[in-house]
Amino acid sequence: MIILNCPFCGPRDHSEFDYGGDGSITYPSLDAPVEDWHAAVFLRDNICGVQTETWQHTQGCRMWLLVERDTMSHEVHSIRPAHPGHAAVLEGKV
Amino acid sequence: MTARRLSSGGRIDRSQTVTFRWDGKRLQGFAGDTLASALLANNQRIIGRSFKYHRPRGVMSAGVEESGAIVTTGRGARSEPNVKATQQELFEGLVASGQNAWPSVRHDVGAVSGLFSRFFAAGFYYKTFMGLPPFETGRGTGIWMQYEKLIRKAAGMGSASRLPDPDVYDHAHGFCDVLVVGAGPAGLAAALELAQQGRDVVLVEQDFELGGDYLAQSDPQAITRRDTQVAALRAAGVRIMTRTTAFGLYDNGVAGLLERVTDHLASPDASLPRQRFWTMRAGRTVLATGALERFISFGNNDLPGVMTPNAARSYLNRFGVLPGQRIVVATNNDSAYAVAGELAAAGAQVILADARSDAALVAPKGVELRQGLAPFNASGGRGVSGIEFASQQGGAWRVAGREACDLLLVSGGWSPVINLASHLGARPIWDSALACFLPGKTRSDIHMAGSAAGVWQTEACEASGTAVARQVIGADTALPAAGGWQTPIAPLYEVRVPGRRTKAFVDPQHDVTGDDVRLAHQEGFVSVEHLKRYTTLGMATDQGKMGNIIGLAMMAEALGREIPQVGTTRFRPPYTPVAIGALAGRHTGPHAKPLRRTPLHDWNLRQGAVMTDAGLWHRPWYFPHAGEGMAEAYVREATAVRETVGICDVSSLGKIAIQGPDATEFLNRIYTNPFAKLPIGRARYGIMLRDDGIVMDDGTTWRLGESDYLMTTTTTNAGKVMVFLEELLHTRWQDLRVHVTSVSDHWAGVSIAGPKSREVIAPCLEDGEAVTNDNLPFLGVRPVRLKGGIEGLIARISFSGELAYEIYVPSGYGEAMMALLWPQAQAQNGVLYGLEALGALRIEKGHVTGAELDGRMTIDDAGLGKMASPKKTFIGDALRRRPELTDPNRPQLVGVFPKIRSDTFNAGALLTAPGEDSGFGDGWLTAVTHSPALGHWIGIGYIAGGVAAWEGRRVLASDPTRRGPVEVEIVPPIMFDPKGDRMHG
Repeated sequence: MIILNCPFCGPRDHSEFDYGGDGSITYPSLDAPVEDWHAAVFLRDNICGVQTETWQHTQGCRMWLLVERDTMSHEVHSIRPAHPGHAAVLEGKV
Repeated sequence: MTARRLSSGGRIDRSQTVTFRWDGKRLQGFAGDTLASALLANNQRIIGRSFKYHRPRGVMSAGVEESGAIVTTGRGARSEPNVKATQQELFEGLVASGQNAWPSVRHDVGAVSGLFSRFFAAGFYYKTFMGLPPFETGRGTGIWMQYEKLIRKAAGMGSASRLPDPDVYDHAHGFCDVLVVGAGPAGLAAALELAQQGRDVVLVEQDFELGGDYLAQSDPQAITRRDTQVAALRAAGVRIMTRTTAFGLYDNGVAGLLERVTDHLASPDASLPRQRFWTMRAGRTVLATGALERFISFGNNDLPGVMTPNAARSYLNRFGVLPGQRIVVATNNDSAYAVAGELAAAGAQVILADARSDAALVAPKGVELRQGLAPFNASGGRGVSGIEFASQQGGAWRVAGREACDLLLVSGGWSPVINLASHLGARPIWDSALACFLPGKTRSDIHMAGSAAGVWQTEACEASGTAVARQVIGADTALPAAGGWQTPIAPLYEVRVPGRRTKAFVDPQHDVTGDDVRLAHQEGFVSVEHLKRYTTLGMATDQGKMGNIIGLAMMAEALGREIPQVGTTRFRPPYTPVAIGALAGRHTGPHAKPLRRTPLHDWNLRQGAVMTDAGLWHRPWYFPHAGEGMAEAYVREATAVRETVGICDVSSLGKIAIQGPDATEFLNRIYTNPFAKLPIGRARYGIMLRDDGIVMDDGTTWRLGESDYLMTTTTTNAGKVMVFLEELLHTRWQDLRVHVTSVSDHWAGVSIAGPKSREVIAPCLEDGEAVTNDNLPFLGVRPVRLKGGIEGLIARISFSGELAYEIYVPSGYGEAMMALLWPQAQAQNGVLYGLEALGALRIEKGHVTGAELDGRMTIDDAGLGKMASPKKTFIGDALRRRPELTDPNRPQLVGVFPKIRSDTFNAGALLTAPGEDSGFGDGWLTAVTHSPALGHWIGIGYIAGGVAAWEGRRVLASDPTRRGPVEVEIVPPIMFDPKGDRMHG
């Protein structure tokens, strides 16, 4: 059981979350060539070690989060809101 | 074997007789017995029949590692196969029987299969699949299917009941500072120390008594020590869970526990669950899981009457059963010496054969010690009656005499139970001095104590438990060293004499022999993982607890390597089998998934709706009149919609409020068709794609204000679409000022469809003029007040192809809305219609749903290519242009008529040209219905190239498993009112 420490809700079982995908992807613009989209959607690294991934707290605050997780040990190194505006609110900057 | 109950001794209560049934016979045991000890006390030798060869098997152990005494307990729906008799507590009225045997384990007709045993060697299944000898002529799966039936019948274990499980299982959650697994000398010491240091401790023990090895010791001091420890634990507030197995360890200190609540009770309280499945969250975990004694591979080492010395010790000291009279104990280590002495003291004639020639221990009193002898071949038909020994001469084993016996105890060493640590990835490390795997480096929150860490002596185990507890608390305490024997163990896994063939088992539960392991090696299976899968070694319910190391050692020998170089397979949960029912808990039957009810659910039921599942929702399927079945009801309903009017609950559609200054831009990016210029007060049908260019969902979106939209989705994709919109806004388009809110449950919605729909709605509104063609044109949307002041929304949208409206009011007003609408509809000879009629109407119009938009189809496939705007870009626009997705021969949406109009067909049938009905066909039917409007059956589906490619060609709807082929015609998908005059009217 992975426990994710949701920055909005606190530590919760992973069963409350849904895994999104590779959080390091920068999606091309909508008018980018098909090759760019092909690379972003299909050519994914299969990382053995720490990777950044997106999760959504679907059964909680529904926020999308960026999680740095070790794929070998499930150790979670960091977790933060995916949207910088949400992060700023949490840090009291807004 | 002549086993008998002793008149005194043990922890059974001789004042409480327990009557049970074994294979139809009434037998008696005592409170405190296991089924195995009671069967031994009744001198029952053959308890089971083996998996492939139907060889007789008896009790081989006294614990969870049991491979022989595997039985079926209970009756009828409560019949439970593959129960280890060594774990089953005896209770009054217990019913148990042998399995995998006919007519009984004592006289098993299937035992003849042992004569054909070479056909059952490793890889037998795979070779037969390939058409190799001995069934070469079969060549292929046809003949295999015939053999398989026979083999499956012959090879197997107990059969599960076909009846629904009548018992209840609970899920429970627990928390503690420290979880201690195992209540032997180490576990008790650890739990006590931790509790006395103020930690909240949970102690779990799979047995029904605390004590572990204390219980099997003959020294009365051991029980005194155990009693003192247990009393102190209770005083210190340790939470104790007996009959509870920690079957798996997971991340973040989570342990899966299975608590057997009523499996030992004659008449359990009906309010109790049979078992509880615990998710225990512990800060730290101490594994004091002990060690299992393993055997040696030699001829007929599976005969009834062959068991481990430690099992005999447990039956003698804990259960007061002397399991044999003439006993041979064969060992390669010190641990069997004490057992031999105890058995002799109990009155048995005991010979102790030590494979070592240098053992420093002296023979216990009354025991004849013979050094340098190992067991080579046991003899006996229905139980062991003698053993041939072998001794090492010049590097090989030679036969060295024979001895008669009725009980043969074999110890090949001890294997620490490191399974749980392995679940979390700790790699076992081979200790060649102790001839066992020790737990490797565990994670910082997992601690190993006692014999699970390779500590063999009781006092050292106690010290180990205490020291580990201090480490948990943070003290820098040294742990006792592993080991503890006077003379080192002499590694011994297999005894073979050149020129003599024997049947020597490595994994008795799956009937895997030493020859199987060597055969696998000869055939090139050199990886231990492949060896396991090819021979099924270690894949039975005991998961190779005793036999795995023997198999590894043989593989190492065959490869000319050492055991550490061969490696070991990783243990995976569960440690012992867990009933599926326990995993399911209360989530069974109607509780298997949540039930979603629309705000009109009760109202629909009052109108006589027959309900059906639509995702998690219950929706009306049809509303039968007296005497009607589904077929009559939906035809009547659909006909009425085309002729007068019908009302349908559409509350389950997904509804998402999309608000904010950039809402228009957002919609324009996610829909394939333009939304930039949708006026306020208008709705538009839209299609959204996934990133990869495949259609995700469709629905209408209504513009309610400058920056205020209401999106509707299909019922089934509502959640998925919501998640995708949130993902886009949070992770991808972070500059867009848009907020999305799911409002699916906020609104009760109905569709009012049919030529009389306006006449139904107008009288229900405060302002009836709101629904004139001018005030509410096709695809118009506006706020509306129903009579009585109910505020809602009305949109003129049609899924049926008729003049139609959808009205949404806040959920709590749903029934009030129906109280207005339904009498008006009845006055127009209208109907309520359900999903079946809805389906008929939409198929007639060629409208797509989830059956057509199944996650594989493009917008062009679905015939909606015109909805993809060439003037803007949108999600999926790039990848939908991949060559594979633009092939003109891709399947395209079509309508399907039976050639002979009175014919019918089924959804799922393949569409093929005549004579080409093998393979995947050219297309398939996604949905079919009787069309009331056309007067015959119609369908929609996909076919390669679409209508143009099949005009004038013969096509079959091929349905070989149900009704055979039907000749059909491929027609354009909009089969009724193709110009759409009716809905614009």
